[in-house]
Amino acid sequence: MPLLSYEDLSVLLPGMARPVLDGVSLSVAAGEAVALVGESGSGKSVTARAALGLLPPGATTAGQVTVDGCALIGADPATVRAVRTGKASMIFQDPRAAINPVRRIGDFLTEALRLVDGRGRAEAEARALDLLAAVGLPDPPRHLRQYPHQLSGGMLQRVMIAGALTADPRLLLCDEPTTALDVTTQAEIMAVLRALQQDRGLGLLLITHDLDLAAAGCDRIYVMYAGRIVETATAAELLATPRHPYTAGLLGSSPPLHGAPERLTPIPGVPMGLLESAPGCAFAARCRFARPGLCDQSPPELAPVGERLVACHLADSILSEVDR
Amino acid sequence: MTSVRAAARSALCRLLGMAVTLLVTSFLVFSSLYLAPGDPAAFLVRGRSPSPDELAAIRQQYGFNDPFPVRYWHWLDGVLHGDFGRSYLFHQSVASVLWSRLPATLLLVGVSTLMIAVVGVGAGIVGALRRGTRTGSAVLLMVTVGAAVPSFVAAIVLRSVLGVKLGWFPTIGNGTGFVDQLHHVVLPAIALSVTFMALVTRVTRSAMLDELRREHVEVALSRGMPRGAVIRRHVLRNALGPIVTVCGLLVSGMLVSTAIVETAFGMSGVGSLLVQCVDELDFQVVQAIVLLVVAAFVVVNTAVDLVYPLIDPRVRAAGGAR
Repeated sequence: MPLLSYEDLSVLLPGMARPVLDGVSLSVAAGEAVALVGESGSGKSVTARAALGLLPPGATTAGQVTVDGCALIGADPATVRAVRTGKASMIFQDPRAAINPVRRIGDFLTEALRLVDGRGRAEAEARALDLLAAVGLPDPPRHLRQYPHQLSGGMLQRVMIAGALTADPRLLLCDEPTTALDVTTQAEIMAVLRALQQDRGLGLLLITHDLDLAAAGCDRIYVMYAGRIVETATAAELLATPRHPYTAGLLGSSPPLHGAPERLTPIPGVPMGLLESAPGCAFAARCRFARPGLCDQSPPELAPVGERLVACHLADSILSEVDR
Repeated sequence: MTSVRAAARSALCRLLGMAVTLLVTSFLVFSSLYLAPGDPAAFLVRGRSPSPDELAAIRQQYGFNDPFPVRYWHWLDGVLHGDFGRSYLFHQSVASVLWSRLPATLLLVGVSTLMIAVVGVGAGIVGALRRGTRTGSAVLLMVTVGAAVPSFVAAIVLRSVLGVKLGWFPTIGNGTGFVDQLHHVVLPAIALSVTFMALVTRVTRSAMLDELRREHVEVALSRGMPRGAVIRRHVLRNALGPIVTVCGLLVSGMLVSTAIVETAFGMSGVGSLLVQCVDELDFQVVQAIVLLVVAAFVVVNTAVDLVYPLIDPRVRAAGGAR
């Protein structure tokens, strides 16, 4: 039984032409780092939030999300609280927006301990000091008394990570944790996350649009497009030989880390919005391999291709031609 | 500890600014009444027909003939020493006239403020949290009605329904003893605060709705914090800025409206005193009351300014950098 598992999760919003999430299956084992990669609007944040029982208002759902044995879809509030307060924590994209600007850092770190676990102030603060040191902040006692605007974005994201760890979760959900930061800070934050994950044996689900970042920090990668998982493989395999045209497109549109920079080839077109739907493969309109009469007829199922899963009608035939 | 020094300096600047404001208004108050029509000397001899010589003597005695700057200076000098002059109407010092009327008005304003803070802010919170439900719509309806009812209309309705028809509350006078006074002040306080309450409810509601949408609220919930604690610690707490600001403005504005409500309920307070003294051209008292009202405005607003950095620490940082 994996620590986190999504079984065929679909999320429908009223007035939308297609589901936000369409049959998403995904799992993260204890101690495993997994990335979920996709463009803006692909549904990756909705996926992550579902693991905390946070669904968009008015959503109808099918399927199930299980965290450490607790089923979240249709769960009673007590179960949802139990997951949020001890099993899973989320690190959000923009720490400036995610931490109350008028309360002290110490307050952010200790409030859950004091109000949920009912611990004393001194005990909670001692734990907060430990965690601030663990995420590599220079002066924990001073940071406890500071306000968010007195810290830089990178420092504040470390505070956010410390805050996520107060409840001693087994699973960390990271929703674009480095997107709001500058590049050098990004690397530091990823290093902190990775170290904490390995030291504490946490399961980690990293949500990102950056395939290279995902490959550098994670063991396995899921690629998501328009609410569906289109390919999943180990990080090394996926980067070496992408099998889905969308994965290949993502790789082709980011500059290579080594070797001479080449001209980038962006994916043509724009991602499918929630008000559009297609009878066939959602990516067909942007896919240079798409075959009329096949790809625009029915959506491809996620099927094994070698060691991995790919959702493409042409996965077996033409896709061996795809390379970086 | 430079931040403490910066805070002290900015507080000092505020207090200095407050003194300057008061000085400027004292000049405006004095000069506007100087320019006002009507001859105070004529009032002093009302009921008699003095000879021009007698009138001139009175003018001389009260200093009505002195040039404007001299009169202003005399008056200001007195005010600075706590002497607001004498009331022609009551043949007492203005200070003692005011002093006897002030407690009733302070009680009225105090009770109204309490009502605004409890009912107005409370209704605003309920309106925001129950938005889109029947309760939420009821709050909105009450806000619209409340804001549209002037205090003198509210006074008439309250007196005739709760006072005369049902007989629950006295309809006139101040009452004696604390409990009786409180009983007397309930209806005037409601009449005084209806409009202000509606305003505070509206501001509270929209500030709460703004804060409810913030990402850090969702984050707090996602950390398993109980909803009540999140509302208290993150939504209401962050919405306090606009709420305190508007409450401060209203409390000082209420002093002016006491003129209407106290008159409507036949109460003896500073508001009804103002009306009476304007009627009778008792300038010394009018000047003192207007100055008092302005001082209340300035003091309350300075207090709000000084409290604001406690509500939003980001203001403190900006103040230090200035």
